[in-house]
Amino acid sequence: MKSWMKSAALASLCLLPAFAMAAGAIDGEVKKQATNWTAIIMFLLFVSGTLYITYWAARRTQSASDFYTGGGGITGFQNGLAIAGDYMSAASFLGISAMVFEKGYDGLIYSMGFLVGWPIILFLVAERLRNLGKFTFADVASYRLQQTPVRTFAATGTLVVVALYLIAQMVGAGKLIQLLFGLDYSTAVILVGVLMVMYVMFGGMLATTWVQIIKAVILLSGASFMAFMVMASVGFSPEALFQKATEVHAKGVAIMSPGKADPIDSISLGLALMFGTAGLPHILMRFFTVSNAKEARKSVFYATGFIGYFYILTFIIGFGAIVLVLNQPAFMETIVKDGKQVTQLLGGNNMAAIHLSHAVGGDLFYGFISAVAFATILAVVAGLTLSGASAVSHDLYASVIKKGKANEKDEMRVSKLTTLALGVIAIVLGLVFEKQNIAFMVGLAFSIAASANFPVLFLSMFWKGLTTRGAVIGGAIGLVSAVVMIILGPAVWVDVMGHAKGSAPFPYKNPALFSMSLAFFFTWLFSVLDTSKSAAEEKAKFDAQFVRSMTGIGASGASKH
Amino acid sequence: MNEDILKRVQANPKFAELVQKRSSLGWLLSIVMLAIYYGFILVLAFSPATLGASLSGGVTTVGIPVGIFIIVSAFVLTGIYVRKANTEFDQLNQQIVEEAKK
Repeated sequence: MKSWMKSAALASLCLLPAFAMAAGAIDGEVKKQATNWTAIIMFLLFVSGTLYITYWAARRTQSASDFYTGGGGITGFQNGLAIAGDYMSAASFLGISAMVFEKGYDGLIYSMGFLVGWPIILFLVAERLRNLGKFTFADVASYRLQQTPVRTFAATGTLVVVALYLIAQMVGAGKLIQLLFGLDYSTAVILVGVLMVMYVMFGGMLATTWVQIIKAVILLSGASFMAFMVMASVGFSPEALFQKATEVHAKGVAIMSPGKADPIDSISLGLALMFGTAGLPHILMRFFTVSNAKEARKSVFYATGFIGYFYILTFIIGFGAIVLVLNQPAFMETIVKDGKQVTQLLGGNNMAAIHLSHAVGGDLFYGFISAVAFATILAVVAGLTLSGASAVSHDLYASVIKKGKANEKDEMRVSKLTTLALGVIAIVLGLVFEKQNIAFMVGLAFSIAASANFPVLFLSMFWKGLTTRGAVIGGAIGLVSAVVMIILGPAVWVDVMGHAKGSAPFPYKNPALFSMSLAFFFTWLFSVLDTSKSAAEEKAKFDAQFVRSMTGIGASGASKH
Repeated sequence: MNEDILKRVQANPKFAELVQKRSSLGWLLSIVMLAIYYGFILVLAFSPATLGASLSGGVTTVGIPVGIFIIVSAFVLTGIYVRKANTEFDQLNQQIVEEAKK
């Protein structure tokens, strides 16, 4: 590692243009050095610590309620940290800092969208959700509607979102460990899959929550230190930081302004990010881990603070990477892409934050941040897996198949088997989607969450007229239209399937504006047209639901141990 | 929840007050947040040069403080709601719940 530092120092002296580097030599050299013992030790420390927590949590996870909600006794502050831990995914940390590194200001725009959904969740959703639900958001959506169709729909929405989100995380994990250990991408992905299954299967929500809290604390500390060091290197003057960045970046001063964006696409992305957050099943599930609406509310307040602070840090980190990492030979490699030689950041742009950690803190801190990034991925995939497993065991198995009469032991067994199955699926998908931009994959998950889960959840709590038929048909239209528009849009049609640029049948990258509108419209239409007897009964049950959602009378409390 | 409790809560004027106060604050703050964010998105879409203008002659653009402001505003708005809800709304709610049990 010392020679790496030396070459970095040398490089900063002569500022060689990136293309002048001998690619093969640097590639080989770095791979060898990648067996970084500091990083490995820190990573092993984290893994053994979290496995100990899992062991501790496993003894406290007896009932279904323990498995799904950790017993429901987590405090607002703890849950706020855990939500932040859930939300500050690898896509946020690595993806957004990479976006800032690549495009400058546009990265900040993206992170704003991720944040502004939180106040809306608090003002409109959090308390009602806590007062009405028990384990999953489907509990709320199906509160006064028919269990079988609504839960089947909600579970489908959950699993699609979870699968997309998992892909992004697994790809991030694979690349990170590949760089850190010099392991094969596939070995890395399998390792993540195995650990995530262990956390969730044995430790349930309690282990998942603590993994998230620990990860949130170390991620925020690590990112704070990096941002501090970046600012220290420019004498704590933002202007000096931006000045230096514009001097070395290929796009020059353009990184300080928003790039060219289609208005429709921008609005559509904004909707997806804002309302998608309120439709993410693994996030919604966190509201059931606290004892009451008051704690639910506090969770969002703390989470918003931590997440907002974190996004400001990623912005500084992205710019720091431009100044301290870009064009430094030690951090660059030349690869052959589409028959052309391209010089890029070692391991791709998603590694910007990781390389920066080495530039500002040396081997020890590089090891720490690598372990943190890995912990980040593990925590998020654990939360996702738990949410997917709950959708299958609580919504599909216990409510749909067993009609609410499932034996608790069987339900637990199903959730654990599902966890195992999801682990295998995550590994396979992680291998298939190796070459995608991970921040963008999360964007897709958000579009679907905003178009399928959110409209149904929102209307079930706010609109008396919602009926089963409206919810299922409208929600399904939202889900299908979001998926179809993504496939026919440039992101998949051109970038994945390799059709010519500009040939995509659907012109926008972000479908949420259209798919969300379709979902709301058809949910309304089919509810209004539904004159069946069951529809009348469902509407009649709204008043009782409303009183419970506002006052919390009858809401499920924390289970006792 | 049984019918009696439901009717008592619905008949309680404090319930109407709670619903009215909480909903109007919730919607008001939501609209403020939406206006700030979509105002920003619209400027971004139709007049990006506004955000790309230099703040004070240097490379720092107007967009930077605007971005920070949006992030901070999200936090401040949630703070306002939680403060109000934890004191005023929860007290009112507590009274409603107790009066419904009698």
